[in-house]
Amino acid sequence: MGTITPTHYLVLSAALLLIGTAGVLLRRNVVVVLMSIELILNAVNLNLVAFGNMAGQLNGQIFAIFVITVAVAEAAVGLGILIALFRNKETVQVDEIDLLKW
Amino acid sequence: MPIDPLFFWAFAALTLGGALLTITLRSAVHCAIALIASLAGVAGLYLLQKAEFLFAVQIVLYIGGIMVLFLFVIMLVNLDAAARERQFHKRWWAGLAATLATGALLIYYLAKGASGLRAAPMPAQPAGNTEQLSDLLFSEYLLPFELVSLLLLVAIVGSVIMAKKRIV
Repeated sequence: MGTITPTHYLVLSAALLLIGTAGVLLRRNVVVVLMSIELILNAVNLNLVAFGNMAGQLNGQIFAIFVITVAVAEAAVGLGILIALFRNKETVQVDEIDLLKW
Repeated sequence: MPIDPLFFWAFAALTLGGALLTITLRSAVHCAIALIASLAGVAGLYLLQKAEFLFAVQIVLYIGGIMVLFLFVIMLVNLDAAARERQFHKRWWAGLAATLATGALLIYYLAKGASGLRAAPMPAQPAGNTEQLSDLLFSEYLLPFELVSLLLLVAIVGSVIMAKKRIV
């Protein structure tokens, strides 16, 4: 097993970011796309905390708190938009939402 | 043998397994439950990195707050028809190519820079994690803290306007 170095955390967070990216780019369901964005933001937070610990200071954790706050605002507004969208278009599939396409 | 690596691998497996299930499962409710497992794994990793305050915030805010919000929306929006259709759109290969390119970039830079990464010895903590964080947050980071409160106000008003049926 060995000892756990900061590199372990960086690789883990890179893997989490890739899974989140795949979810955003591949899925059709808007709710799952929003969940994948939360995965990406969590990967970033993990990275920030790991780098902060590596430098031996707490600023990374402060940044993670700010990222979490912005993530909450993003989720609230995103889900509000989703409800408005469902009321008008009756669909949650990203490839059927093409009002701006010509 | 120290017990820490064991917990790291357990939480890492929980995080990645939950994330993979989140983007592959068919029903949105199952996705939400898998996402809860993934977020709990990340919370455990915060605890391993001695970020106790972030651990509590992750549990209360993410698992308690955001996930309830998601489940409410899943109830409000009818997803039965969506669960029966295709889950991946027609141009999935373009998305997969973009993901793989990002992955190649990340692997390249991690392989290049990982040898230079050394953990600095953590200085002896004179106080608890929460106390130190609040000291930093309310002195050096006071202006961003206040700005974030403004952002939250805008988000509250915005989400209410968005979800309202008719704006009088």
